[in-house]
Amino acid sequence: MTDQLTPNAIGRDVARADGPLKVLGAAPYAYDQPLTDPLYLCTVDATVVRGRVAGVDASAALAMDGVELVLTHENAPELSTEDGELRVLQSPEVHFRGQVVAAVVATTTEVAAAAAGAVVVTYDTEPFAVTAGSDPAGLHAPEKVNAGYPTDTDDGDLDAAVAAAAFTVDEEYTTARTHNNPLEPHTTVATWTGGDLHVFEASQSVFGARRVLAGVFGLDPERVRVTCPYVGGGFGSKGSPHAGAVVTVMAARMLPGRSVKFALTRRQMFRLVGYRPRMTQRVRLAAAPDGTLTGVGVDVVQESARIKEYAEQTAVAARMMYAAPNRRTSHRLALLDIPVPTWMRAPGEAPGMFALETAIDELAARVGIDPIALRVRNEPERDPATGKPFSSRHLVDCLHEGADRFGWYDRDPRPRSRRVNGWLVGYGVAASTYPAYRMPANSAVVRYTADDRYRVEIGASDLGTGAWTALAQIAADALGVPQDSIDLAIGDTRLPRATVAGGSSGTASWGTAIVEAARAFRDKFGRTPEPDDEVFADAPENTAAKDFALHGYGAQFAEVRVHEDTGEIRVPRLYGMFDAGRVINPRTARSQLVGGMTMGLSMALHEDSVMDTALGHTANPDLGEYHIAANADVHEIRADWLGIPDERLNPMGSKGIGEIGITGTAAAIANAAHHATGVRVRELPITLDKFLR
Amino acid sequence: MEADITLRVDGEDRKVTVDTRTTLLDALRDRLGVTAPKKGCDHGQCGSCTVLVDGRRVVSCLSLAVARDGAEVTTAAGLADADGPHPVQRAFVANDALQCGFCTPGQVCSAVGVLAEVKAGWPSAVTEGDAAPELTDAEVRERMSGNLCRCGAYPGIVAAIREVGA
Repeated sequence: MTDQLTPNAIGRDVARADGPLKVLGAAPYAYDQPLTDPLYLCTVDATVVRGRVAGVDASAALAMDGVELVLTHENAPELSTEDGELRVLQSPEVHFRGQVVAAVVATTTEVAAAAAGAVVVTYDTEPFAVTAGSDPAGLHAPEKVNAGYPTDTDDGDLDAAVAAAAFTVDEEYTTARTHNNPLEPHTTVATWTGGDLHVFEASQSVFGARRVLAGVFGLDPERVRVTCPYVGGGFGSKGSPHAGAVVTVMAARMLPGRSVKFALTRRQMFRLVGYRPRMTQRVRLAAAPDGTLTGVGVDVVQESARIKEYAEQTAVAARMMYAAPNRRTSHRLALLDIPVPTWMRAPGEAPGMFALETAIDELAARVGIDPIALRVRNEPERDPATGKPFSSRHLVDCLHEGADRFGWYDRDPRPRSRRVNGWLVGYGVAASTYPAYRMPANSAVVRYTADDRYRVEIGASDLGTGAWTALAQIAADALGVPQDSIDLAIGDTRLPRATVAGGSSGTASWGTAIVEAARAFRDKFGRTPEPDDEVFADAPENTAAKDFALHGYGAQFAEVRVHEDTGEIRVPRLYGMFDAGRVINPRTARSQLVGGMTMGLSMALHEDSVMDTALGHTANPDLGEYHIAANADVHEIRADWLGIPDERLNPMGSKGIGEIGITGTAAAIANAAHHATGVRVRELPITLDKFLR
Repeated sequence: MEADITLRVDGEDRKVTVDTRTTLLDALRDRLGVTAPKKGCDHGQCGSCTVLVDGRRVVSCLSLAVARDGAEVTTAAGLADADGPHPVQRAFVANDALQCGFCTPGQVCSAVGVLAEVKAGWPSAVTEGDAAPELTDAEVRERMSGNLCRCGAYPGIVAAIREVGA
C-alpha cells in the first residue's frame, strides 16, 4: 500500500487550468514561439519507393533569393545513430516513398517551398514490397514486442482444447492502418548558439526528445535544451522525435545563431511520424457447453518497416483478460518498404481488444448466453499471464453497472429484431483494458516562493490530458494548501527529469514524484517555510509492480443503427463505465475517456489509410480523404467510473485514463452492428458495403 | 512578387508586405506574429485556422492575403473585449470543450460565426423545411463539422455553443 493523499483538491471538478489561455489562442505551441528573423525549412521527399538517389541538382534552388541552404546526403553532417528512421540524409538509399532526400532553408515559407520544388532529384529504382504477403522474404518473428513483452506465449495445449471443445470460434480480424493525426503537425524549431542547442519540439516528452537528439548528434545532453509547454495532441506519435526533428536540427547546426523552423505538412504526417500498422489477427476460442473458456489463441500478423522494426503488442491483452488453461499467442511481422510505424493510442490493446472482444461476442452467440454473462463466467482469480494477483480488477462491476445505466437488458438478444423507420437497431458490449503503468526516473522540486505560494517543477508534458490541472491538484493536497497556491512549471528540460506522457502513465509517474517532494518539503521545513526554501526529490520505486498485476478496466456499450437499404451506419449512443481508480479531476478525466471513445468510434467507422500498391504509398493522405470523426459523426458519448481507488498503485490511488477509452469501442460497435443486422463485420472500418455483400 | 496591404486585425490596423503567394494564415502567423489561428492542414480540411473576415467565418489557409487588403480580421484573440473573454470562450472553458487546445481558436471563431448564421436564419443541410433554423444539437453538429477536433471534445463543444445560443 502507498500512503494515500487526503483528497481535498483531488477529486474536485475544476476547470482546465490552461483553458482560458487556449480559448484565446494564447497558449504558445512549438511553432508559435516568438523569434528574431527565423528561417524556414521545407523538405524534398522521395518520389520512388525503393532505390537510390542518383543525383541532386540544386542549382535552380540555390539561385533563388532568400535560399540559405540546400541539404542533401552529400553535404549533411554525419550522425551518430544506427536508427534507420533517424539516419536522415546519411546515404543515397531510399527505403520508402516520401522519405526525406533533401531539405531547403530559406527566409520565408514561400521561398522555401518554391526552392524545394526546384530541387531536381533523379533515382535508380528497385522492386519493392508494400503489403503483407507480397514480400518473398516472408514473415519475421521479432525478439520481443513493444513495451518489452514476449513475442510468443504457449501454455497448456490449445489445439487439444479446440479439438475437445463444445463451442469454438476460429476467425480472422483485420484492422486498418491508422494515423495519429494530432491537429498540431509535428514541429521543430532549433537554434544553435555556441555549442548549445535549444529546441522547441512538439513532444510528449522533453527529456525523451533531448536524449534522442543528443544521441543522434553526439552531444552532451546537458548542452541540449528542449522546451514544450503546450502540445497540440500526439496520441503516441510525439512520444519520440522523428526524421523532421533530425533534419531541422541538422540545418540549424549548419546555420549557427539562426533559428530554423519546420512544421510538417498534413501529407507528411501520414509518412514521417509513425502510425498504427495494418494487421490481421486469427483468434481461436474453445469453450465448454456452459461457455467456460478452455482455450484462447491469438496469432497476429502485422506490417512493419524494413528499416526499423516496430512490433505492436496486439495479443498481450488476450494473455490476461480471461481465465483459460490453454493459451497460445504469437506476433509476426511482414517487413516492408513502408514508412516506420510507431505508437498510436493504446498500441496493442486498441486493435487487440477489437479482435478478442468481437470473438467473445461471437462465442456468446454460439453458446446462446448473454455476452456479459459469458465474460463474468470467465473472470480470472489471478492474472493468467503472470500468475500474480490483481492489484484491483473491477471488470465485472463495470459490466453490471454499465449495463444498468445503458439499459442493456431492454434488448431482444436475437439479431435483426428491431427496426425503426427503415433503420435496424442493435446494442453491443465489449470490455476495455489498459495497463496501469508507472515509470521510474521521475523527480520534482517544491519551492516556497512567498505569500503562501509554492512553485512545483517537473519536466512533464500536457498534450491535452489535463496535466496542467491535475498535477496542481495533486501538489495542493500533498502540501495541504489550496490549488490556487500552486504555481506549476512543466515542459522544459531545465526542470527536474520526467518520463513520457505515454502509456497512460503521466499522472501516476509525475504525481508520485510531486507527492514525494511535497512530503519531504513539509518534513524539512514544516508548515511555516521561508521564501526560497526548496526540496528536490526522486519518486520512490514502484514496488507494487513486482507483486501484483496492474491494470485498468472498463465496459463499453454501443447503440448502432444500420440502414436496411443503404447499409449506412450511425452510432447514436456510446456509454463507457470504467475502473480507473481515483479520478483526480472529473471534468478533464471525462474529456479523456470520451475523447478515447471518440477515437475508438473513428477507428470503428472511418479511419482507413489505403495503400496504393502501384505507387507504394498512402493514396488518401489528407483530412479530406482520410476521415476522422467530425462533430456530426458524434452523437451521445458518455463516460462514468466506479471511483474505487487502488491504493497499491500510487499516493493518489489513480489508474491511467488516456488510452483505455479507445480499447473495446470498435468491438462494442461491431457487436452492436451484428445485433442490428445479423452481419458480422471482422474488418475495420465498418463501412456500408460490408452490410450489402 | 510582393504587395503592400493593410489588414485590420483584432481591431488594429496592420500594414504588411506579403509575397503574393502568402495566405492570410501565413500573413497573420509568420508576418504579423498573430498566432491565435493555427495551421493544422493548410488545405481547408481541418478548420484550425478559422477566423472571422468582415464578420464571416473563413478558413484563412485558403485565402490569399493580397486578396484581403482592407479587410477586418477577427481571430480568437480578438473575440475578447474589455469585459474579458467572449461568452463562447467562457462556455468552452466551463464545458471543457477542448483538450490539447490546438483546434480551439478555430472552433471558437467558427462557433461565433455559427451563432450569427443561425440568428440570421441561414439554413444548413439538416434544417427542415423553410422554417427558420433553431439551435438544436443536430444544427450545431452539422455547422461545426468543418472544425475537426482529434481529442474528441465534440460533446462539450455542442453543449458550449447551445448554452450561449439559448
